[in-house]
Amino acid sequence: MIKSNKFQTTILYIILIGLAVIYILPIFSGIMISFVPGIDYLGGSLFPKSLNFENYVKAFQNANVPRMMINSTITSSLIVTAQLIVSSLAAYAFVFLNFKWKEPLFFIFLMTMMVPFEATFIANFQTIKAMHLIDSYFGIALPSLASAFSTFFLRQTFKQIPNELIEASRVNGFNHWRVYKDVVMPISKQSLITLAIYQFLGAWNMYLWPLLVSTNNNVRTVQIGLRQIQSEEALTEWGVVMASAVIVALPTLIILYLSQKRLQEGLAEGAVK
Amino acid sequence: MQNKLILEQKQSSAKVQTKSFTGKDLKVALLFLLPSIVLFSLFVFYPMLKTIYTSLFLTSTGSKLVSFAGIENYLIAMKSSVFQNGFKSTIIFVLATVPLTVIFGFLLAFLTSEKIRGMAFFRLIFSSTMGISVAASSIFWQFMFNPVNGYLNKVMLFFGQKPIGWLTDPKYAIYAVAFATIWMNIGFIYIIFLGAIQSIETSLFEAAAIQGVKKTYLMRKVIIPILSPTFYFVITVSIINSFQAFGQIDMLTKGGPNNATNTLVYQIYQDSFINLNSGRASAEAVILFIIIVVITLVQTKFSESKVHYQ
Repeated sequence: MIKSNKFQTTILYIILIGLAVIYILPIFSGIMISFVPGIDYLGGSLFPKSLNFENYVKAFQNANVPRMMINSTITSSLIVTAQLIVSSLAAYAFVFLNFKWKEPLFFIFLMTMMVPFEATFIANFQTIKAMHLIDSYFGIALPSLASAFSTFFLRQTFKQIPNELIEASRVNGFNHWRVYKDVVMPISKQSLITLAIYQFLGAWNMYLWPLLVSTNNNVRTVQIGLRQIQSEEALTEWGVVMASAVIVALPTLIILYLSQKRLQEGLAEGAVK
Repeated sequence: MQNKLILEQKQSSAKVQTKSFTGKDLKVALLFLLPSIVLFSLFVFYPMLKTIYTSLFLTSTGSKLVSFAGIENYLIAMKSSVFQNGFKSTIIFVLATVPLTVIFGFLLAFLTSEKIRGMAFFRLIFSSTMGISVAASSIFWQFMFNPVNGYLNKVMLFFGQKPIGWLTDPKYAIYAVAFATIWMNIGFIYIIFLGAIQSIETSLFEAAAIQGVKKTYLMRKVIIPILSPTFYFVITVSIINSFQAFGQIDMLTKGGPNNATNTLVYQIYQDSFINLNSGRASAEAVILFIIIVVITLVQTKFSESKVHYQ
């Protein structure tokens, strides 16, 4: 983007390599230790003598990691799917429909972004409890199913769809539901995917709420599982704790690496402008 | 008087309807908005009002309202030294994390914005922390901070310094957690900045290159002003996130040592779910909410003069 000469480029590479090494160190050391047997770690060795998957096997066998991965996948998918539907419906109304309290309603939607989680989680916990949804996937997902950010993001996307297209579909006898389902949603596929990835990362990484509403391993998400593994094993089995952390980080890291370009383009468009 | 009001209302609604024939989309619109409205009412507005309401009562451990207390919960909270310390640690934490996260996120994005070989690799590295959860990151950092094996103390020893109990010494704990938090948050900020820098017209840079403008000058006079909306967005998000930091504190220090990292959010969590005092926890939540709203408003006012949109 900004052109440099050869000398500058060399300096840039040196700086970047230095920064990258520092930046990646916590992850790198975590991966190294995940291959070091617990006893060796206590003896002070931070690098594996051989490629030893013992800690990973233990993480999978003892620590309930696979079950928690499934739980996280289910709750995150639930949140993302519902959020895409709920938010796109709202965004459609804000962009393509004309109605009385449009501006104030949109303002109220934006206001929900101002309300911090801690102003609501005590009462939300009681609500979920009253609904008998503690220890259920729905209990974890429910408060996150509507999102002002997603609505706002999709509103920006929908605004770029030419109005003529909507009007033409209407003239051809499509009702709004069909315009939404058969015209607007298919056209916006790319933005929907970007948003889905972003929200999936967020849902997968949720911490405080699942901590409050999941008390057993049947629904507990990986993040809460990690907390548990850390408090149970940290004194003796550091390698297992690290292996679990690596396993938990891997799916989202892969998703991020595959979609990094899409995110950087999509988020800058949708969030800031 | 009332009749007149009703008449006026009728007139104004008639005006809206004549302005565009689709003004009668209201029914459809409400259907489309219904899921969001129900969910927001149930999980944002109702709990917020309920929290404010609960904060005015003394509560039993079963979080039943016992007796009206007015602002007593607020007074008790604000007088307690734990709360005052928590307030201080929260401010320290926010001040330690936000500026450095934004500055590093921007600089890394600036350094990797050029289209040269290998840049894709560096971009993956610098964005990677966005893909690692708070829980996993905290475990990686718990090792980094380990007093014996951790790399930070190895560096200290290398430079002939005494090892530090990063997470166990009340003097350092909040900074240690803040440091880890900066690392955790840079990934997202970096991606936002990178996208924003790349959306700047290439012609602008070409013109600058032809005229031999220095890079630092270009950054100060061109890139930063153009990116001012991005800065505004990123700073706002970072401040709110910092005030709400929870996972890393829960994983790394649990509010300790000696309450050094017992920030407001952590106290709210402890008071409501461990001490089972939801009246007091609600009062603390309302205080935190007010702080966040005030800061956001002040920041919006302040940046109105500085932010310029293209």
